[in-house]
Amino acid sequence: MSNANSKNGLRSTSGVPMLKVDDLHAWYGESHILHGVSFEVREGEVVTLLGRNGAGRTSTLRAIMGMTDRCKGVIQVRGQDITTMPAHRIAHLGIGYCPEERGIFAGLSTEENLTLLPVVAQGGMSLDEIYEMFPNLKERAKSQGTRLSGGEQQMLAMARILRTGARLLLLDEITEGLAPVIVQRLADVVRQLSSRGYTIVLIEQNFRFAAPLADRHYVIEHGRVIETITKAELPSKQGVLDELLAV
Amino acid sequence: MEALLTMSPQALIAQLLIGLINGSFYAILSLGLAIIFGLLNVINFAHGAMYMLGAFFAWLALTQVGTWIGSPDISISYWLALLLAPLAVALLGMALERTLLRRLYKLDHLYGLLFTFGLSLFLEGIFTQWWGAAGQSYPVPEALSGAVRFEALGVVLPKYRVWVVFASLLVCLLTWWAIERTRLGAFLRAGTDNPRLLRAFGVNVPLMITLTYGFGVFLAGFAGVLAAPVYQVSPLMGTNLIIIVFAVVVIGGMGSIGGAIVTGLALGIVEGLSKIVYPQASAITIFLIMAIVLMIRPSGLFGKTA
Repeated sequence: MSNANSKNGLRSTSGVPMLKVDDLHAWYGESHILHGVSFEVREGEVVTLLGRNGAGRTSTLRAIMGMTDRCKGVIQVRGQDITTMPAHRIAHLGIGYCPEERGIFAGLSTEENLTLLPVVAQGGMSLDEIYEMFPNLKERAKSQGTRLSGGEQQMLAMARILRTGARLLLLDEITEGLAPVIVQRLADVVRQLSSRGYTIVLIEQNFRFAAPLADRHYVIEHGRVIETITKAELPSKQGVLDELLAV
Repeated sequence: MEALLTMSPQALIAQLLIGLINGSFYAILSLGLAIIFGLLNVINFAHGAMYMLGAFFAWLALTQVGTWIGSPDISISYWLALLLAPLAVALLGMALERTLLRRLYKLDHLYGLLFTFGLSLFLEGIFTQWWGAAGQSYPVPEALSGAVRFEALGVVLPKYRVWVVFASLLVCLLTWWAIERTRLGAFLRAGTDNPRLLRAFGVNVPLMITLTYGFGVFLAGFAGVLAAPVYQVSPLMGTNLIIIVFAVVVIGGMGSIGGAIVTGLALGIVEGLSKIVYPQASAITIFLIMAIVLMIRPSGLFGKTA
């Protein structure tokens, strides 16, 4: 996993987490939406942010990417504080963001969507590699991005960040509304990325999808992390988790 | 209608070409407005003033620059002004965007409209104060003086007006190509769609917005220089035109690049024809079309439906 990272100088300094969020507060206008979120992710780990709708999971990722109106607290990427960094510079630290609504640009073709994002680090996948991973996208390269099926749009949203060389991926609800066969496909992709050393923060409603992939789970409620469950603890804490995630 | 049927083909073609000349100005101005609205979501009422500035900068460059630097013989030619005056307008526009307009993006559209309207009045007021409300004449460049005969059509047209149509079409088509067919244009299209997300992907959207506003008003300044030898260069020359251009943008579809170009040219021709059919109504033809389009297709002929 780490050879590519080492070559690109992307390996975290020993002991320094790839991503550290500490006492993060965020606002949309006057609405205070995060109330002290804290968690961390080490290089090569896959962690999930779990919680009910409106708990603050998506807002946490948006705050990391500089997309909330205001935030306070600490967000560090490989030890570098990015809390007040201009949004367009954050991605260049090697972060790829796959938003909940997929964010396919309507005025662009599939291939334009795929190649639009700036390269933020060396070692990104080539178009050929991406087309090998997602063959549907090659067939639909000239189609308008928003005319693809839901599953294809999700693949496109994932694929375009893999081209940028980002090694820390923030994936928000990538299985939402997709057919089981596509969900299985995406699980394979996440597993493949994890085995290649990517660090992944995953927001998921579909716990059956997330459970086997993640090293650790953070449960968010009312804008703060209320429970941390490691993979090893999962069997013994399944009851607690079910209770916390029950609607 | 009888006038149209009894008119000689030569006179009809001449009238169509005159319409095309007006349409060229409509197209290039509405193109700039559409680009600005697309990315900034600002209804740039100062566009007419920027058009005026382009014409005025060219006139000042030709007649006043020499005096200012103490060498009356020196002047900046039309051809050089065709590049430098729009560039000066673009630089001024970018400075205004960065210092003032930027503060309004989070507010309702209305604030941007009011600000640019105020800016327009301010600029027109300053130039009226300095140079008076009466128009200044700008000579047709020597290379484009005289007339050209189109044997096949049997019409004779002033060379300069043919040049205006050619230059406008060229700039419009190049702009369309750059937006629709290049990577730079893809950034603009993506930014128009979802600027916040594009920024999160690592694109410097604030800089892109500044450059886009600069390019939009560059087009207005370019149209102003083209217009200088055709119309009188006066502080209020953009005021009347901008109302028609807004109607063109609404008919074409707010933010639609292709729509702005096609509608601008087409409405220029329709307006020209209406001068033959029923001259009294020619001034309102475009607004009548706008009212009909708004009733049938509120998003404009080429705009995206909500």
